[in-house]
Amino acid sequence: MDHPTLTHADDADPRDRGGTAQPLLIARDLRKHFQVKGGPATLFGAGRAAVRAVDGVSFTLFKGETLGIVGESGCGKSTLARLLLHLIVPDAGELIFDGDTVAAPDGITVRALRQQVQMVFQDSYSSLNPRMPVQDSVAFGPYVQGRSQAEARDIARDILVKVGLNPALFGPRYPHELSGGQKQRVNIARALAINPRMVILDEAVSALDKSIEAQVLNLLRQLKRSFNLTYVFISHDLNVVQYISDRVLVMYLGHVVELGPVDAIFDRPLHPYTTALLGSRPSMDPAHRIDEPPLTGDPPSPINPPSGCRFRTRCLHAEPICAATVPVLGAWLDRESHVAACHIQTPGSGHSQAAAQGSA
Amino acid sequence: MSLTSAAASNWEADALPATKVRSYWQSVGYRLRHDPVTLVFGAIVLAIILTAVFAPWIAPMDPYKDSVIGRLKPFGWRGHILGTDELGRDMLSRLIHGGRISLMMGLVPVLVATIVGGTLGIIAGFGGRAVNTAIMRTMDVFYAFPSVLLAVAISGAMGGGIANGMIALSLVFTPAICRVAETATAQVRNLDFIEAARASGAGTFTIIRHHVLGNVLGPVFIYSSSLVSVSILLASGLSFLGLGVKPPEPDWGLMLSTLRQSIYVNPLICAVPGIAIFITSICFNLVSDGIRAAMDVRM
Repeated sequence: MDHPTLTHADDADPRDRGGTAQPLLIARDLRKHFQVKGGPATLFGAGRAAVRAVDGVSFTLFKGETLGIVGESGCGKSTLARLLLHLIVPDAGELIFDGDTVAAPDGITVRALRQQVQMVFQDSYSSLNPRMPVQDSVAFGPYVQGRSQAEARDIARDILVKVGLNPALFGPRYPHELSGGQKQRVNIARALAINPRMVILDEAVSALDKSIEAQVLNLLRQLKRSFNLTYVFISHDLNVVQYISDRVLVMYLGHVVELGPVDAIFDRPLHPYTTALLGSRPSMDPAHRIDEPPLTGDPPSPINPPSGCRFRTRCLHAEPICAATVPVLGAWLDRESHVAACHIQTPGSGHSQAAAQGSA
Repeated sequence: MSLTSAAASNWEADALPATKVRSYWQSVGYRLRHDPVTLVFGAIVLAIILTAVFAPWIAPMDPYKDSVIGRLKPFGWRGHILGTDELGRDMLSRLIHGGRISLMMGLVPVLVATIVGGTLGIIAGFGGRAVNTAIMRTMDVFYAFPSVLLAVAISGAMGGGIANGMIALSLVFTPAICRVAETATAQVRNLDFIEAARASGAGTFTIIRHHVLGNVLGPVFIYSSSLVSVSILLASGLSFLGLGVKPPEPDWGLMLSTLRQSIYVNPLICAVPGIAIFITSICFNLVSDGIRAAMDVRM
């Protein structure tokens, strides 16, 4: 009874070109700077400045995994999500989807990319057309991708069942007639309707009640198994990221500061920022309540980021070397590597806590 | 089906009755059909339009035939149901014939302005900053003039006549409708569902057709329907200045302005064309209000 177009975990996906060893997505040095008014005024009016929303982000996404992306508000998570779908065109850097460079002459087109990558948005209020029955919203993707209206409608009904909504009951409804959790299920159905291989979840559960959040998270895990999906899961909620992710990427001010398997990151964080983030979680033990917040103040402006390491202005371990040179992330390409862009982790960097050259 | 969750296991998709999902426009039509007020006033509007279209067959007398002795006679005088005007012509016949030009002057400029202004507004709202600036600043130039003055200036420059009058009025209404459409489009443009539609591979034109029009046409429609009565009155103003309809052609606005000299002789007769304009415009407004209500899915 499943729709013939929907792939299943036990079937080999004919679209899989590179095999299991080939990462589904490689992002290399992605950059996006937004031009804004600001900066020193010139003779010709207000000066121009660039918000460095995403400033050289590299990571790999392996087939079938869930990569969690965490960071404070404004660190560039959502911009990164949109760059991955070319909803915002990157200024520099490249995206390699299953071995093909996106939007390159010999690679795959953005249109082809969007047939395989979909996105679920955070704000369930504005992410559904208020003047469209939700079944039509779900059917829109398949329709745009060349299906007839009847086929698209059948796919939409199928998918609504799979996200736990009765299409006879909910299909004809308008978004304002649904609860937040139901709307988010519709959003997930919309993303899955065109049968993607990869789904970007941009704060997909952040606006939901805790009980609904758990339901939706479980639904996401179950759908991932059924449809053989790969997730990029963006959230500021560390507990949720720990629950759902296989690997975690920590962002700070447009940079990747740490990347590694979820257990390694949560048990042995390497970067002081990750340590602080983990320390800011409320403790369940009343005896270990946090009196002093591990992180104070707001992140510096991405228009004028600090020199060297961008975290140095809030870092307990900052030394002159941190202001002088930008720390590099290291071997981000491998699946098991746990790396951090911190001078403490780089032997011979000149930081007093770093290991001496050659000893590591 | 291995992936039915607990929530989904109570029912099966195939066992469900195939409920018909009404599309947005279908549901708007459904609500309109079930709104008695709008239906009644829609029928009146239709009757007014049909009367005007079939005026030669409906009008009881010749609207141009004057009479020296039978001037400004009261209602019912010698078979003149609505009396006679200042030249002794039958008021009812002139009113019926006058509806042809008045409705045309009321509807055509608004229709043209809605299509042109609406299209420009959506392009301005959806296009980049340069396109937006080019379109909206051009519209602002037209906006800077008072509408009556602009209409007079344009039709004065192009010469009188009904066609030029309609062109002038279209140009007067376009900037305002364009602005309404641009504002509505800009509000929708940055919402996530447009981005989601782009992410599913839809092109700009498809997105506008499926996701923007339904959200923009509502406000545009309301605004332009309120312009119908304004257009009839502006057209009569042009006629009064000798730029639109020429006497002895019957036209509600023109009748109103020529009869105004006789207001102390027979005020009731003078009020007749005004009442016709009033009834027509209030019916148009009520119908447009009904359509607006039908287009608002939240109500």
